[in-house]
Amino acid sequence: MAKILNVNHLRKTYSNGSKDLTVLDDITFEIEEGETFAIVGPSGSGKTTLLGLCAGLDRPDKGTVELCGTDLSTLDEDGRAQLRNQKVGFIFQNFQLLPTLTALENVIVPLELQGVKNPSNSGKDLLQKVGLADRLHHYPSQLSGGEQQRVALARAFSNAPSILFADEPTGNLDEETGEKVIKLLFELNKELGTTLVIVSHDLDLARKNERILRLKGGRIMANETMVQS
Amino acid sequence: MDIKKVSKAGLGWYMKMAWRDGKSGIRRLVLFMASIVLGIAAVVSIQSFSESLKENIALQSKALMGADYVIDSNQPPNEKVESIIDSLGGADAKGVSFPSMAQFPKTGATKLVNVQGIEGAYPFYGELDTQPASAASEYQKSGGALVDATLMLQYGLQPGDSINIGKVGLPIIGTLVSAPGSTGMSASIAPPVFIPYRFIAASGLVQVGSRVGYDFYFVAKPGQDLEALDEKVDPILDKENADLDTHTSTGRRLGRRYENFGKFLNLVAFIALLLGCVGIASSVHIYIKEKLPSVAVLKCIGATRKQTFMIFLVQIAGMGLFGGLIGALAGLLLQQAFPIFLQDFLPFEVQVSFSGQPLVLGLLLGLFMSVLFALSPLLSTLYVSPLQALRIQEYPSKKSRKAHLMVFMAIILSVIAFSFWLLGSWKYALSFVLGIVVVFAILSGISLMFMRVVKKHFPASWGYTSRQSLLNLFRPNNQTMVLVLAIGVGAFLISTLYFSKDILLAKTSLESNKRTPNMILLDVQTEQREAVAERLRENDLPVIDNIPIVTMRIQKIKDRTANEIRNDTTSTINRWILNHEFRVTYRDSLIPSETLASGKWQGKARRTEVIPISLSDNVARDAQVTIGDPMVFNVQGVLMETEVASIRQVDWGRMQLNFSVVFPTGILEDAPQFHVLTTSAPDERTSAKVQRALVSQFPTVSILDLRQLLSLVDGILDKISWVINFMAFFSILTGIIVLIGSVRTSKYQRIKENVLLRTLGARNHQILKITALEYLYLGILGSTIGILLSLISSQLLALFIFETAFVPSVIPFLIVLPFITLLVLGIGLLNNRKVLQSPPLEVLRRETS
Repeated sequence: MAKILNVNHLRKTYSNGSKDLTVLDDITFEIEEGETFAIVGPSGSGKTTLLGLCAGLDRPDKGTVELCGTDLSTLDEDGRAQLRNQKVGFIFQNFQLLPTLTALENVIVPLELQGVKNPSNSGKDLLQKVGLADRLHHYPSQLSGGEQQRVALARAFSNAPSILFADEPTGNLDEETGEKVIKLLFELNKELGTTLVIVSHDLDLARKNERILRLKGGRIMANETMVQS
Repeated sequence: MDIKKVSKAGLGWYMKMAWRDGKSGIRRLVLFMASIVLGIAAVVSIQSFSESLKENIALQSKALMGADYVIDSNQPPNEKVESIIDSLGGADAKGVSFPSMAQFPKTGATKLVNVQGIEGAYPFYGELDTQPASAASEYQKSGGALVDATLMLQYGLQPGDSINIGKVGLPIIGTLVSAPGSTGMSASIAPPVFIPYRFIAASGLVQVGSRVGYDFYFVAKPGQDLEALDEKVDPILDKENADLDTHTSTGRRLGRRYENFGKFLNLVAFIALLLGCVGIASSVHIYIKEKLPSVAVLKCIGATRKQTFMIFLVQIAGMGLFGGLIGALAGLLLQQAFPIFLQDFLPFEVQVSFSGQPLVLGLLLGLFMSVLFALSPLLSTLYVSPLQALRIQEYPSKKSRKAHLMVFMAIILSVIAFSFWLLGSWKYALSFVLGIVVVFAILSGISLMFMRVVKKHFPASWGYTSRQSLLNLFRPNNQTMVLVLAIGVGAFLISTLYFSKDILLAKTSLESNKRTPNMILLDVQTEQREAVAERLRENDLPVIDNIPIVTMRIQKIKDRTANEIRNDTTSTINRWILNHEFRVTYRDSLIPSETLASGKWQGKARRTEVIPISLSDNVARDAQVTIGDPMVFNVQGVLMETEVASIRQVDWGRMQLNFSVVFPTGILEDAPQFHVLTTSAPDERTSAKVQRALVSQFPTVSILDLRQLLSLVDGILDKISWVINFMAFFSILTGIIVLIGSVRTSKYQRIKENVLLRTLGARNHQILKITALEYLYLGILGSTIGILLSLISSQLLALFIFETAFVPSVIPFLIVLPFITLLVLGIGLLNNRKVLQSPPLEVLRRETS
């Protein structure tokens, strides 16, 4: 299978006043198309920073990231944004829906950015898939946490992404709702054949993926392949 | 894998997103809308009224003059002038005008009037509006008088009653409602009375030294070039002490007369707009700050920097257009009120028109100012990192700082350009903008210094709440500079406006006490002087002043004659100096309204030596002479060699007789002269009795009752100050909106901290005290500096613009300072109301949702 994400000797340092703080150091791994991949580690291990670098939200100080066959260092910020629009889906810990847009409007924004005409129908289909057919015109503030994350799921899949990044997708949900959302995430992922990269400190969630990358202090501790039962 | 290079979401999508986003958050932009609406309404109302004024002057210039052109002089036309009049085909009408006391036999009352003796069909344009209407055309034939309508009403006169002008008695055949070019103000001092020209000689009022104007009215021939005629004939007439005025030049002169007043109102409107723009920047700053997380999410899901920027730019532009439209409509409605309050100030009725131009101006101004002043906060959308959807990035990038600097420069340049457009002078525009920049710099400097001083001398022994409130002033993310700037600029502009109004009104205000004359007797001939003074004393009235006046013209300045200077096109000596008939007095000392600017005052001289004279500083400047320069005056045919011995500063605003040229005693005593006597009448009854007695015995003496003038001027000033106050209200209202915006900027920070304090166990009164003290410090500091700075700016305005003394009033300190401080305190506490009334968790949930 082709490699969809190729990370080579990545290093990221943040400046904290007079001191430099190395958040990630010498990170190398690759993910194949259609794989489900978890990045785990304790707080401050660099998980979210790594996710941001892989998705082209930030630039590394050293090393390269090749996403969907494109070296991110060759793209400017707008180029990376277009790449995300066409190939990447996102799920955030705190849902990150646009508060002034309805559920349906939130879902179709990525399609509208691509210039797709009449994207409402596919938006409605996706919201139906996540069980929110009756919440199309509700604003995020009118939805529960679980419902908001399901709208976020529908938005993440709306542009039929090649790869989906999920940052602590259950972090802001109770256990029961969290499980439902994860189930839905894996179902949609399977149905649409998307590569899934999940950042989490929840090992149970991580074990549901085919591979796990363990981080500690900004370095890779282990890159494990899970045996699925 | 391929990535399409260009995103297909264009203008349509920006507009769709701007609408979607805006419709749910519209109430957050109320401050923005209020700022733009008030600013635009102020500018549009003043601009469109000025335009109406200009249009009316242009349209009515013929009607204002009553003819196409006029030759006028304040002496009977000599042969040369007569021949010019003949060469122009002879005047179509002629008139003579002079102030005189009129007497009404019906009641025995007397009143200073402006007698207009007319021969011919004047006015040729506009009309003499009379009641009955036929009186306008009949008064010359039937030998009657047309008397000002207000005068008729005041003295209970009716057509059919009679009026005595000097030695002539005439029947009043009509009420004069309006005549070309007369203003409510001048008509109230000396109301017009029209009589046939043929009675002037018989009145016996036109004598040597009388202030008489001779006018010759012409109707232009078809196709006649009035500009060319003016250029050709006026210089010849100038030499003969006459003038040619065309209706176009009169219109221009009239326009200039209202220019200063218009400039002041424009400045006030501009301040309102500028404050509105600060309001825009402040409200958009809050608005965009709330939108940044959404921008980061949009970037995460693939929106480019341009796309996210454009969504909010389109939104702000739309709001600016809408605000501009409402502001322009409000301005157009408001301008309807101006003519009502200014009608006594203007010599014609202003027809306010609704034209599309102010509407377009409002729309463009709304769009341009909104976008320009929103650009700085909008730029944040360009530089917000998509990473912020995952974590918060605190510091702006270098690129962002450069862009902000460029926007700042664009704002400064636009403000300069806009000031120039409004004020019509680069000097004023640059000074105004420089003043604003200096004020900003001083306020920033002082707030920085204040923070350092508080930090350095921190009172560690104070109680917790007092310490915490002081700590808030200089800790990270403090709002000290932002609030001191907003409060300081607001207080500065409001106080400057107040002081300017004070200066403007004080300049024309009248002092009234027992030592101040309230009755002026003009045109008293030398031989009448003693008898008039005796008549005053008989009525127990003092003769306060007895001022001799000799009329003269300038013959030579330094070694060049007036004619040589007139013919020298390179000479920059002001032409009015050469053509003016100076009314000169002689005395041995300075009077209270004068101060010696240079040279030595010489009160006495002998005829054998060069006469040492004193000039007012404006005449010395316009004549380009200084101490020791020789000047020759033509005193009714006798040439007198003089030398400039001193230059005086004269406070022309004082209600007393001031003179440009003063001779020493010992020279002019025997020259043909007339006198001005002043006295003070204790009440109206005495004043009326004395006037009646004087008029019957001395018909050539004119009496000006300052008591009447005082109430008239007071009334007009009241109306003008109403317009000024009305415009200042815009600025103040916009200033308050800016203030609300600035305090709201700090709202979220404060709320989070106060919730945290409550969670840790702080009680309501503790949080209240911390917040109240902090806003109190900021309010007092900002408004005190603002008012102190306004004292400096007002002193500069008084010195360079109004050219008068400035006596600061304590009102801003007593009213503006506590008002602004309480306002800041009130808005600050209102922001925290939610924190104090609700459980901490509820507040946090509400503020973050």
